[in-house]
Amino acid sequence: MAKFEKANSVGEWLDQRLNLTTFNKVMMTEYWIPKDINFLWAMGVLLATTFGILIISGIFLMMYYKPDIGLAFDSVNYTIMQEVAFGWLFRHMHGVAASVVFLIIYIHMFTGIYYGSYKQGREMIWISGMLLFMTFSAAGFSGYMLPWGQMSYWAAMVITNLFGGVPVIGDALVVWIRGDFNVADATLTRFFMLHVFLLPITIMGIIGLHFYTLRVPHVNNQNSEEFDFDEEAEKYLAGNKRESKVIPFWPVFISKDLAVLGIFLIFYFYLVFFHYDFAMDPVNFDPANNMVTPAHIYPEWYFLWSYEVLRGFFFDIAGVKAFDVGLIAFAFANVIFLLLPWLDRDPAILPAHKRPIFFIWFWILMADLIVLTVYGKLPPTGTNAWVGFFAAVAFILLFLVLPIVTKIDAKKRGAL
Amino acid sequence: MRELKILAVVVALTLITYWGVEPFAHSQMHPHVEAADFEFENVKEDISDITALTGNAAAGEVLVTTNCTACHAIKVKGFPEVMDHASAAAAYGVTPPDLSTAGKLYDASYLAAFIKNPAKASMVEHKFVDGRAHPMPAYNWMQPQEIADMVAFLQSIAPEEMTNKEVFTNACQRCHSIKYADMKNGTMAAYTPDENIKSYMGKIPPDLSQMIRSRGHEYLETFINDPQKHLEGTAMPRVGLTEASQEQVVSYLEDIGDSKKAQREELGPKFLIYLVIFAIFAFLWKGSKWRDVH
Repeated sequence: MAKFEKANSVGEWLDQRLNLTTFNKVMMTEYWIPKDINFLWAMGVLLATTFGILIISGIFLMMYYKPDIGLAFDSVNYTIMQEVAFGWLFRHMHGVAASVVFLIIYIHMFTGIYYGSYKQGREMIWISGMLLFMTFSAAGFSGYMLPWGQMSYWAAMVITNLFGGVPVIGDALVVWIRGDFNVADATLTRFFMLHVFLLPITIMGIIGLHFYTLRVPHVNNQNSEEFDFDEEAEKYLAGNKRESKVIPFWPVFISKDLAVLGIFLIFYFYLVFFHYDFAMDPVNFDPANNMVTPAHIYPEWYFLWSYEVLRGFFFDIAGVKAFDVGLIAFAFANVIFLLLPWLDRDPAILPAHKRPIFFIWFWILMADLIVLTVYGKLPPTGTNAWVGFFAAVAFILLFLVLPIVTKIDAKKRGAL
Repeated sequence: MRELKILAVVVALTLITYWGVEPFAHSQMHPHVEAADFEFENVKEDISDITALTGNAAAGEVLVTTNCTACHAIKVKGFPEVMDHASAAAAYGVTPPDLSTAGKLYDASYLAAFIKNPAKASMVEHKFVDGRAHPMPAYNWMQPQEIADMVAFLQSIAPEEMTNKEVFTNACQRCHSIKYADMKNGTMAAYTPDENIKSYMGKIPPDLSQMIRSRGHEYLETFINDPQKHLEGTAMPRVGLTEASQEQVVSYLEDIGDSKKAQREELGPKFLIYLVIFAIFAFLWKGSKWRDVH
């Protein structure tokens, strides 16, 4: 055991036992970030803050929410919204943050794609991030079901039904997930457990992993420039702050994050107070009724693109049923981003504007995702169905051509 | 400058997506309907002979008390309900309204049209075919002057002012519950028992507690004014509320379904002012920290 001397202050006492000075240096004051960044690099802090808001507002909501199909709707819409002091504020903060968190996740994700931050050495950052996206999706879906409104009930019905498409065990799997033959009380109770316990714990664990994955390869920068972090850090510590290409996380990097956070919070609380309805589908204010389907069933906006990939294939292809083709495409859409580091065959890390064909690929992907999102909500009839079909096919093709596109760029540059 | 360009791109893409999944999708899924009007066009012709006349309230009183009180209560004139709500519902299909407030709630020309032909005025003729008759008989055998007199009488006994809740209970509660208005005691349940209203309307009319959230102002205004506009073939009658009464009904739905609206609107600006101050200080701090590194 180490030798302990009499401490002269609480700080010293703690320092001897927990080594706080070193910890502070490693995590904060000597955790180096490239200087050449823009506000898109603040999305991590925005996400951490939004997740914090979700946890805290969620704890307050959990104090009054009743996971029982006879009580759930009224416990949300009456008890929380009207009886509990500021219950409406916590609900709106939770509901809006649940929606906005996906907007920021998408911005964060496409920033990574644009600047090539998933490549060579940073694969684990990308993978842990995509795992976070998946667990956030599961948390969003399980939480959406809890108010037991019409749309949440039918969304649960549609999504759990999808598992029936799994070969051999499909039907049994659906019953196992629901805990009943129908979406019923058992389903609500287990989704409640997933939403308030298992998924948040998992998310916190993966957030820890995601942060850790940054330590060795470090954060990318605007020009994807590679440099020696130790060398640059020495310059900074020696006082050559202007020449050094790095800045410490605390206080320099975080000061910019907080400025961006300030703008974000104005936007977020504007939504909470004056435009919360964008995140709360009006249909969900009708209590769940298993005898009447809503006129149009659609998920929340952040799932629309993959939902449209699922239902874009509305006719049988080569003897395979439309439902199965859709399901395969849906599975493809949900795992393909995970494989991005290996689909990109360019050996260099460069931002998209320095890779001409990839640059076009990127913006086609963005346009396609927006088309999928918009048409994912519209009724899938007539022209809408065909737009959905072609956008879904385009999505799949984009990923199939990505290895070729990135190779051509590299060849043109003379790198291959 | 570069950061502003990036911001512009992020904002533009967000707004395009927002536009697509909110206003655009809504316009596609909920076709536009004409704004509410209180002219009651489809029956205007039928009652033009009545509306041309001036009613005599005293003559109307004799007609109303002899023709209407067998089924309807008129409490202000000392005619209590003939039987309790459940028995009345069993007898007529739906609990008949007390007529004390009809002259205030309903448009005068609508009342005339309703007395003359209830199914047509309330736009539910499609429900009363194959020998089924509206529980209130048509009084189209009466002289136009007699109907004008009855309307004049109903208007003469109607109260000057009614609270939002009174308008709601008189106009809507015979069929609709609004349980959040009295969650603990359940006194805001529909007067007509579930089994009667179900056989009369085809389904149990929805509880209205959250209608202001699930349908919104605009829909409610056009729907109450003319239910067929949004739901063709619906069993819900056009009740013929005046514009003022309809506004009171919608306000009541908002009082009950969105009771914290005032608190929300009061607190919102304060939050935003605080955050603007936070953002200003955050930018000043950022400026001081980044001065050394540039």
